[in-house]
Amino acid sequence: MSAWLTTSRRTTTTGLGLLLAAAALTLAGCASESPTVDAAPGEGPDQSVAFSDGWVKAADSGMSAAFGALTNAGSDDVTVVSATTEASSMLELHETVANESGEMIMREIEGGFVIPAGDTLSLEPGGNHIMLMDLSDPLEAGEEVTFTLTFADDSTYEFAAPVKDYSGANESYEGGEPEMDMGSDSMGSDSTGTDG
Amino acid sequence: MPAPDKGARSGRNGMSGPTRRQLLLGGAVAGVGAAAAIGTDHALSSTTSSAGEPSVPLNGQETVPFHGTHQAGIDTAAQANGLFVALDLLDGTDRGDLVRMMRILTDDAARLTQGVPALADSEPELALSPARLTVTFGFGPGFVARAQGQAPAWLKALPSFTVDRLLPEFCDGDLLLQIAADDPLTVAHAARMLLKDARSFASVRWSQQGFRRAHGTVKPGTTMRNLFGQVDGTSNPSPGTTDFDRVVWNAEGWLAGGTSAVVRRIGMDLDKWDRLDRGGREQSVGRYLSDGAPLTGTDELDEPDFAATTPIGFPVIPEFSHLRRARSENEAERIFRRAYNYDERPTGEGVSRSGLIFVSFQADVERQFVPIQRRLDQLDLLNEWTVPVGSAVFAIPPGCSEGGFVGDALLT
Repeated sequence: MSAWLTTSRRTTTTGLGLLLAAAALTLAGCASESPTVDAAPGEGPDQSVAFSDGWVKAADSGMSAAFGALTNAGSDDVTVVSATTEASSMLELHETVANESGEMIMREIEGGFVIPAGDTLSLEPGGNHIMLMDLSDPLEAGEEVTFTLTFADDSTYEFAAPVKDYSGANESYEGGEPEMDMGSDSMGSDSTGTDG
Repeated sequence: MPAPDKGARSGRNGMSGPTRRQLLLGGAVAGVGAAAAIGTDHALSSTTSSAGEPSVPLNGQETVPFHGTHQAGIDTAAQANGLFVALDLLDGTDRGDLVRMMRILTDDAARLTQGVPALADSEPELALSPARLTVTFGFGPGFVARAQGQAPAWLKALPSFTVDRLLPEFCDGDLLLQIAADDPLTVAHAARMLLKDARSFASVRWSQQGFRRAHGTVKPGTTMRNLFGQVDGTSNPSPGTTDFDRVVWNAEGWLAGGTSAVVRRIGMDLDKWDRLDRGGREQSVGRYLSDGAPLTGTDELDEPDFAATTPIGFPVIPEFSHLRRARSENEAERIFRRAYNYDERPTGEGVSRSGLIFVSFQADVERQFVPIQRRLDQLDLLNEWTVPVGSAVFAIPPGCSEGGFVGDALLT
């Protein structure tokens, strides 16, 4: 939970409000969604934002990350300022950048994810992603996790993404604390490694 | 043999272009004169065009629909490469886990077969040439038990046959993946993706890699040849016919729209086969090697005449031949074969270790497959050169709709 210490950008009140809103949405949400079905265009700005090909890395505890593609079909830039899910008490929007020693590290992105008009923002291992900071339960392959994104204009967008086993996405966390170990070692399905 | 020269000179496809250019620029071809110069122009221009758009549609871009009443890979014209992988469920894998596994694997298959990378595909470029990829799932007895479902009576190991020399490492299994495409790299990538996503739930029990003619080598629809040189599969019912539907598709319970698969690894002793002359080879199977016609006919698809006799009174198609023994008077005792050849590294003194991944689909194993195999077990001259070393039976669930998953009728 020391991750809380590194995130002072948003106020507690805002965060709490978003969490409550998200909880309501999640309950109303798409329990029957199958992993193959991407979220329908939701309540994003002008209903112009769609999330596709989403997935979440399986993990027993601690942290994980969600990936996918955010497409903005509208004519104005859109900014995702936060994300919530029942699967983690706290989420952050992360970018991956090189630090002064050239090492790739991830850190919370200043100002949120900007999706330019008519463009797609990819969330992928080694790049931008939604970080689940503190899993409430193990995330097992084939489960589905529902997320709610909140945009700069306070509108929201909900999508569901399946959990998948993944050996990558092991970037280190800025400051080295806590050590980001999302590797296969921490996954329930640890194997003897890739054989190819 | 003027053909190669003519072929090279015509430069009619992109493949011959660079070869000729290298030859000509290297000065290796002398005295070919004006004709060669014309050929060069042609070759270069066709090379240039092939760098942009291919002159014929690429087979790599061909896709087979994934969703539907039946799973693909059964009535699909057999692809050039087939991989069969059987998995054992891990001890802790329960019904709920099977749902999660089949959802994930279904999603992988639905994407990869359409030339779309799987979610979390770490080699997405390898997914872009599906080459008619199909992924077909089969459930062994252990899977259905773990799903707490009703297993059809035939879903069990086959009865033992006297010819069998079964090796446990090629038998049984809880989950079958039949992965087939016209490109071996596509098959390997799909297998890797599926196995990565299955490993939280199951481990690999056995894996068998098979091949047929490469795409484009023979006319589509040509009956396959096995490594004995025999035309293999002539009497198959034709997909798309009511006959095929009757032979293959099951109609009961969660298997409605599904079928069964028998996968048997048949070692073929090519070194021993070498000692048999052509006449003996044709007698053993009852068909001509040249075109697969029965020994009483002139065309591959001619019906065999088992009553026909030689001038001295013996049946033209011998009583002991594979064709005679496999054929039943009972119309119900028919199957649909979709085999692949295998050719492994030789061991011991032989120079070959080859055979057939025999694969048959039928609505009911007990009613259709077993009687045929019983007859072949009792008498079939081909048994002299063949030995079953692997055997497995799977229930093949029906296909799924978009939003569903393979096995959903069993698991939900």
